[in-house]
Amino acid sequence: MSYLPHTDADRAAMLQVIGVDSVDDLFTTIPADLRTCVLDMAPGIPESELAPKVTALANANRTYGSRSFLGAGCYQIYVPAAVRALTARSEFATSYTPYQAEVSQGTLQHIFEFQTAICELTALEVANASMYDGPSALAEGAFLAARQTRRDRIVISAAVHPEAADVLRTYSSGPGLTVDDAAIDPVTGRTLPPALEELDGAAALVVQQPNFFGVVEDLAPLAEAAHAAGALLVVSQSLLAAGVLSPPGEEGADVAVGDVQPIGNPPQFGGPSAGFLACRDRFIRQLPGRLVGQTLDSDGRVCFTLTLQAREQHIRREKATSNICSNQALAALAATIHLALLGPVGLRELGEVCVTRAHSLYDRLTGMAGFEPAFGGTFFHEFALRVTGGAEPFAARMRRLGVDPGVPLGRFRPEWSDLLLVAVTEANSPTDLLAYLDAAHEVMGPRTTPGEGGRR
Amino acid sequence: MSARVSVEPSGRGTVVEPLIFDKSRPGHRAAAIEAPGVETATAAELLAGAALRQRPPAIPELAEPEVVRHYTRLSHMNHAVDLGFYPLGSCTMKYNPKINDELAALPGFTWLHPYQAEADVQGILELMWELEQALLAVTGMCRASLQPAAGAHGELVGILMIRAYHRDHGGAERDTIIVPDSAHGTNLATAKMAGYRVVELPSSKRGLVDLGTLAEALSERTAAVMLTNPNTLGLFEDDILEITRLAHEAGALVYYDGANLNAIMGKARPGDMGMDVVHMNLHKTFSTPHGGGGPGAGPVAVCARLEPYLPTPLVERRDAPGADADGPAGAGFHLVGDHPSSIGRVRGFYGNVGVLVRAYAYMMRLGGNGLLRASEDAVLNANYLRVRLHDTYDVPFDRMCMHEFVASASRQKHTTGVTARDIAKRLLDFGMHSPTVYFPLNVPEAIMIEPTETESRDTLDSFVDAMLRIDRESREDAAIVLEAPHVTPVRRPDETLAAREPVLRWKPAAESPEIS
Repeated sequence: MSYLPHTDADRAAMLQVIGVDSVDDLFTTIPADLRTCVLDMAPGIPESELAPKVTALANANRTYGSRSFLGAGCYQIYVPAAVRALTARSEFATSYTPYQAEVSQGTLQHIFEFQTAICELTALEVANASMYDGPSALAEGAFLAARQTRRDRIVISAAVHPEAADVLRTYSSGPGLTVDDAAIDPVTGRTLPPALEELDGAAALVVQQPNFFGVVEDLAPLAEAAHAAGALLVVSQSLLAAGVLSPPGEEGADVAVGDVQPIGNPPQFGGPSAGFLACRDRFIRQLPGRLVGQTLDSDGRVCFTLTLQAREQHIRREKATSNICSNQALAALAATIHLALLGPVGLRELGEVCVTRAHSLYDRLTGMAGFEPAFGGTFFHEFALRVTGGAEPFAARMRRLGVDPGVPLGRFRPEWSDLLLVAVTEANSPTDLLAYLDAAHEVMGPRTTPGEGGRR
Repeated sequence: MSARVSVEPSGRGTVVEPLIFDKSRPGHRAAAIEAPGVETATAAELLAGAALRQRPPAIPELAEPEVVRHYTRLSHMNHAVDLGFYPLGSCTMKYNPKINDELAALPGFTWLHPYQAEADVQGILELMWELEQALLAVTGMCRASLQPAAGAHGELVGILMIRAYHRDHGGAERDTIIVPDSAHGTNLATAKMAGYRVVELPSSKRGLVDLGTLAEALSERTAAVMLTNPNTLGLFEDDILEITRLAHEAGALVYYDGANLNAIMGKARPGDMGMDVVHMNLHKTFSTPHGGGGPGAGPVAVCARLEPYLPTPLVERRDAPGADADGPAGAGFHLVGDHPSSIGRVRGFYGNVGVLVRAYAYMMRLGGNGLLRASEDAVLNANYLRVRLHDTYDVPFDRMCMHEFVASASRQKHTTGVTARDIAKRLLDFGMHSPTVYFPLNVPEAIMIEPTETESRDTLDSFVDAMLRIDRESREDAAIVLEAPHVTPVRRPDETLAAREPVLRWKPAAESPEIS
């Protein structure tokens, strides 16, 4: 067995040291009734058989490369080779949580750098070492607000990703928090600042920037509405927009959360990536998860260590701010490295190329029969179209032409079955945009009139 | 912010490797972004009316070689499984096979979008379905969700399902969860997060759950008992069948924390023990690399009566020849979310799929026979270390252990002043990671040792030599242990300073200029 070093002679010698005759004697503390179990699995196979078996499964998937326009919280962005090379280093990949600081400075320092980068991108004062993903970070951000304000009601915009809202509802079912929706303007697609009474007793108003439909929210009036009611503003923020849009912290947000994907992390069918959570300094005792701090070692060298652990489960047990233990450190490292490779100018240009290409496709598509913009508000790099004949039939026909044209939103709500959410990123070249338009013409027909689209 | 620690030359501290932010030089850059290549207005014009960033974020400006050197140097400051022994109790730091990383990096997995059409993702759905079957075979449960991102996340799912079950079965007044005093901190924190009160059960003199104490604690208010088996002392709960029977008689459910599953694969199954919910840590038992704290994966498996409550979507296999492969009724693998009693989602999408691919590859590579042998060698290695160390270090529950055991530095502390922490730090000087210390809480000066099955006898013997030498040093030259470590990249950090004056981020010397 290739991962097990012992020979039978080793085992025999070790059993002798222990003072038993056989391996079975090591398991006699398990009641005999239980030891009759059989592990009903096929026998192992050599690596030379495993590799083609798993590769065949990978090949049984179809990817559309740069002709994919799927987004809705998971985006294709080129990941530089240096990111993979560095995160694959086994000193990073095969280490545990950095509890022993003296032999974990590599991990501790890169987490400290991640915390700094997230503070810079959110314009908030403190960020933790990472959460599982964006939606769970959103739920934890709302819980932080509930602890901080000692209130038990969360108001979440109807333009937050439906899965993130579902996660918030699942988390809230435990302690019994109430979750209510804040309405959006059906014309612009922006969240309407809730009236004072709508936020009565609310710990937080939760919004997404840009929102689920790709529309850029006007955060300042939302912050004002939240603060007037004594609630915190929690913003779920896209890092793709972080170089271009004003950061939540400068628009009045108290907590910013989000997912580092697509920075440094490919889609991977939705995971792993890393969530982030940043907040104002004054909420620090309520922050969930690990925090790395800078200090000095006994020789006076600058070093890093896990700190303020009195918030965490392994110290405070049931009084902890969260039960989170393992986080997503390696995915956070990938993001930190990618951000360092991009720099502030690269991050801004990345956002800008997403914006201009998305608007270019939007302008051409909405000029075609069969497509109507779902909302009129300014969008970033993702937009919702109302597709004549339904989004999924259109998407299925586009896929046959080699273009995955966007996420049909009927998968989230039946009443959204006409809506297609189209994401454009730097991965989609101008040629890919033309391919999209050509395919759309072929599917919808260049001369279709409204009401007949989708049939040829 | 205090100026006491500065990585600038003006500061008090000396610097091992500067922060990437301090290496930043204006104008340096690595990744180039291609020109848009489309005829539109500028991004700023297109976004007219939106609040735009006025000041660039102070993220580093560096060329690629500078970035690569920085992180390569940082990597040199880490201990890792690939560098040496990592006997961290409760964490199962076994070898992480390289083939698993290579397979998880196949473009057919990495560039797969979670919202692609089912017909386009049959390979990954099949893998997820087969992984679920393998996990069910190991645990003896009925159905599993692969969604939780980590062990504690799985715990939350399990306890929320238990809450939902009681709500539907006339048990809404059940507000308490019982955990033994040897439990992981996550168990208590999870119970609290799920809205429960926690009752801690003192362990018996044998380090196990005491049936009498349990019977007394159980009531019509008990929602669940959370157990780790073998427990955190590395001991199998030999009354386990009686424990689950008592709990069920009281109307409570039993939660199995799978942190220690590596001890029993092919030997005993939580399902046969009477467990209602089980979480597994794929980053422990099934060898996926822990990444310096994550990502992991914490699938949750349940018995039949909890199946309706699992998070959705679940992967289902359907055999319906002739049906439209695009539609949900077609033959093949499907993501099914239509479960009205489900507790809902606990994360976006379907889970840490890249981790699931690695665990699947590991389980297929080893097969049933290999997993059984892995558990056997894990238990063999732990007992070997226990017997070789028990004359020098106290082992409070010194009998046959499973995959780990808990020693104590009480003797050393009383006679020489050397604590478990000091011993842990001294081990670092020998190129070994320390065991888990000060856990479980019911053993003073605890040293929790889990060697795993992938360590050779030579490695185990070197560890024994180091532990014996540290004991000798404690008696003859305690200072060398008390001041350890000596040869690590840095020495003991001042934790008090870190907590009293928190420095949690780097700060730019001056605000960056506004964007013109």
